[in-house]
Amino acid sequence: MDKKELQAFIARRVAKELKDGDVVNLGIGLPTLVANYVPEGVEVVFQSENGFVGLGAAPEPGEEDDDLVNAGGAHVTILPGGAFFDSSISFALIRGGHVDITVLGALEVDQEGNLANWKIPGKMVPGMGGAMDLVVGAKKVIVAMEHTARGNPKILKKCNLPLTAKGQVDMIITEMGVFEFTDEGLILTEINPEFTVEDIEAVTEADFKVSSYLKKMEV
Amino acid sequence: MDSRAIIERECFYESGLGQTRKKSDKIITVKEAASYVKDGSVLMVGGFIGVGSPLTIIDQILKNGTKDLTLIANDTVVPDKGTGKMIVNKQFKKIIVSHIGTNPETGKQMNAGELEVELVPQGTLAERIRAGGSGLGGILTPTGIGTEIEEGKQKITINGKEYLIELPLRADIALIKGYRVDKKGNIYYNKAARNFNPLMAMAADLVIVEADEIVEVGEINPNDVVTPGVFVDYIVKGGNIDG
Repeated sequence: MDKKELQAFIARRVAKELKDGDVVNLGIGLPTLVANYVPEGVEVVFQSENGFVGLGAAPEPGEEDDDLVNAGGAHVTILPGGAFFDSSISFALIRGGHVDITVLGALEVDQEGNLANWKIPGKMVPGMGGAMDLVVGAKKVIVAMEHTARGNPKILKKCNLPLTAKGQVDMIITEMGVFEFTDEGLILTEINPEFTVEDIEAVTEADFKVSSYLKKMEV
Repeated sequence: MDSRAIIERECFYESGLGQTRKKSDKIITVKEAASYVKDGSVLMVGGFIGVGSPLTIIDQILKNGTKDLTLIANDTVVPDKGTGKMIVNKQFKKIIVSHIGTNPETGKQMNAGELEVELVPQGTLAERIRAGGSGLGGILTPTGIGTEIEEGKQKITINGKEYLIELPLRADIALIKGYRVDKKGNIYYNKAARNFNPLMAMAADLVIVEADEIVEVGEINPNDVVTPGVFVDYIVKGGNIDG
């Protein structure tokens, strides 16, 4: 798979987690692609943390409205049934448990469910924006990312970078498989048939168990 | 003091450019609005990557070159728009924001030690501003627990769950942006341009709204007013820096 196919594969698998009626917040980058693969018959409401629900697709060229952008500043549309609100209500939705699923990328994630995705000290400090609130507040936190960064593991025993939140991640979805956080720790629940468990172990620093019901990862 | 002097004292005041005007008359020029911003002022500026920002007033402050300012805002936009230009012009000594990634100049000045940057989670920023405008002593939030954001802050446990105590934010001047504003300052916002504006309208000693359109009192249905005019001191017509 080239990078584009690989990202689409991850996004398609994430989309299978969406249930009818869910309120969903997608991060910028790979997570945004999830909107393209919402399963048929499933209706979800996308939230944009700059202040609305009912986030729709990009507008046709020439139809852009400068007062209607997503949290990355890109022109978007709002669907019928959508609503605008101020930033405190937007984060009341997020922090108050009214968002069912948030999908974010990660620089690092560890076996304790810790996430680091906002800062590389001395190198890149874009700020956390709404990420810290989303990870603490959403009912289900899905990390969607490529399994490694230039071959180096991103799923670690312990995050080295400053945390976005402590122990809040529920699920990790990469091109190699699906991991879930349970009371027994990190469990590999699905595997992409192109890989073996040994392949995954070789590029995963974290300790994980393999589910006795390990399934084939399908998109 | 005779009664007339008392009435004059209560109803009239000296504006920034030395004109005397009735307090209920809220419409001022862009130049007068920018003149209230002095060296060292603490500013709140509405907007999200410039969407919903009072760009005309900002451009006048840029022209004035006012310096040593503190900015409370969501972000520092991009280098060629809104407060992003003021960053490039080095008019801030400190900024309190949730994100600086869209303006590389901000990171450069921070790394060079020229600009103090306090990064605040976006939801916490919104609530700190709301608290500042609502007479609250602070807020309790789970956001930032277990991260470097909790350093130096008080924590409190309620029903077994840990929260950070985050303190209110206020400013000398809030510069906000409305879509349609009536002459009493009632504000109707457009789409995602609302964001931080209604919160900042409550949290500053002086509140100036830049309006895309100024309309007569009564033209906005009271049901559609998001920010009541009682929060607003002055109104500026946007789009024309010489206005």
